[in-house]
Amino acid sequence: MTDELLSLLSGEVLEEGVELSLAEMCRACRLPAEQLFELVEEGVVDPLGRDPAQWRFRGVSVRRVRCAVRLERDLGVNVAGAALVLDLLEELEAMRARLRRYGG
Amino acid sequence: MEFRDYYQIMGVGRDATQDEIKRAYRKLARKFHPDVSKETDAEARFKEVGEAYEVLKDPEKRTAYDQLGANWKAGQEFRPPPDWDQGFEFHGGGFTGADAAGFSDFFESLFGHGFAPGGRAHAGGMHARGEDTHARVLIDLEDAYHGATRTLTLKHTELGPDGRPRLRERALNVRIPKGVCQRQHIRLSGQGGSGLGKGEPGDLYLEVEFRPHPFYHVEGRDVFLDLPVAPWEAALGATVKAPTPTGAVDLKIPAGSGGGRKLRLKGRGIPGQSPGDLYVVLQIALPPAGTEAARAAWRELEKTLNFNPRASLGV
Repeated sequence: MTDELLSLLSGEVLEEGVELSLAEMCRACRLPAEQLFELVEEGVVDPLGRDPAQWRFRGVSVRRVRCAVRLERDLGVNVAGAALVLDLLEELEAMRARLRRYGG
Repeated sequence: MEFRDYYQIMGVGRDATQDEIKRAYRKLARKFHPDVSKETDAEARFKEVGEAYEVLKDPEKRTAYDQLGANWKAGQEFRPPPDWDQGFEFHGGGFTGADAAGFSDFFESLFGHGFAPGGRAHAGGMHARGEDTHARVLIDLEDAYHGATRTLTLKHTELGPDGRPRLRERALNVRIPKGVCQRQHIRLSGQGGSGLGKGEPGDLYLEVEFRPHPFYHVEGRDVFLDLPVAPWEAALGATVKAPTPTGAVDLKIPAGSGGGRKLRLKGRGIPGQSPGDLYVVLQIALPPAGTEAARAAWRELEKTLNFNPRASLGV
């Protein structure tokens, strides 16, 4: 407890400049590659690079993947549905930000 | 401990069919899912609903729960009768897969013992990685410009050595990196829920949230400021003082500026690889016409300018 109080933790900002390879992505998300392929196929995440060996995932993908996995588990949506939910959530978030700007 | 009315939590009658219970659960789960919901207590409600569903979806647990009787009220002081579950054998066959770690003492007292051996994955000496946990960290806009250190107190449930969940509080000292934006996530590896057996701990995700600022608004990396200007400053042009998150600056207002005009201060938004901009939005402020002299000045202006602000509306 005291140790935790003393040490200063630094993390990485997922949305900034972090890029992961397929292997790193599988490790970060604790998913087998096959499952990640399915998530890519349905557009949950969209890596840069043409074939899996060259794939680069943006850091924010970790969050999208983990969120998709939770949505599947908790709400019973399939991967395509989770992709849709994630896109709509992002859009909603952008609109809420605009609304806040206009004092909403 | 307090009695929990699982039917009330799910919003269904005691005679609800399994299908009705499932439908009610799906609806509530969508409403309170922490990834989707904006309700402030979403996470707590989602857990509560999950616990209720865990009992009601399982015919064995539901029957056992039902025989406590219909006279209990939510929140009422409750002790399980010593032999309440006699004659019930909890098989946990396919129904006990949920993560019970966050469930209430009430649930534990009823189903804790009968529930653990058969159904829980960790009971058999398995190793599993800890849950990823999420928390929100509130910072000031200025912190995003300079970086900061925040001490967070997090409450979380973990499994004690006896395999029962317990609530633990811990404090973390976290560096908030310069240039972080609203809604971005800081991942702290290994700071999430502890693993089971030899499983490694999960990660902690901190979602950055800016404390609402009295005069700045943030959109991505861009920062917006509504700057009041006098009508003559807008009309004739002027150099005025404007606050920015890094200190006041002198701002040149071009002559003939209308209300709502945006002046861009390039690179004065939130710093980063491509820093945001600061937009100053001009708001024409009306001097009060409280004195006779002020009213005379306004009338003078009216006579001189012969101005119809509604000309574009055709009236």
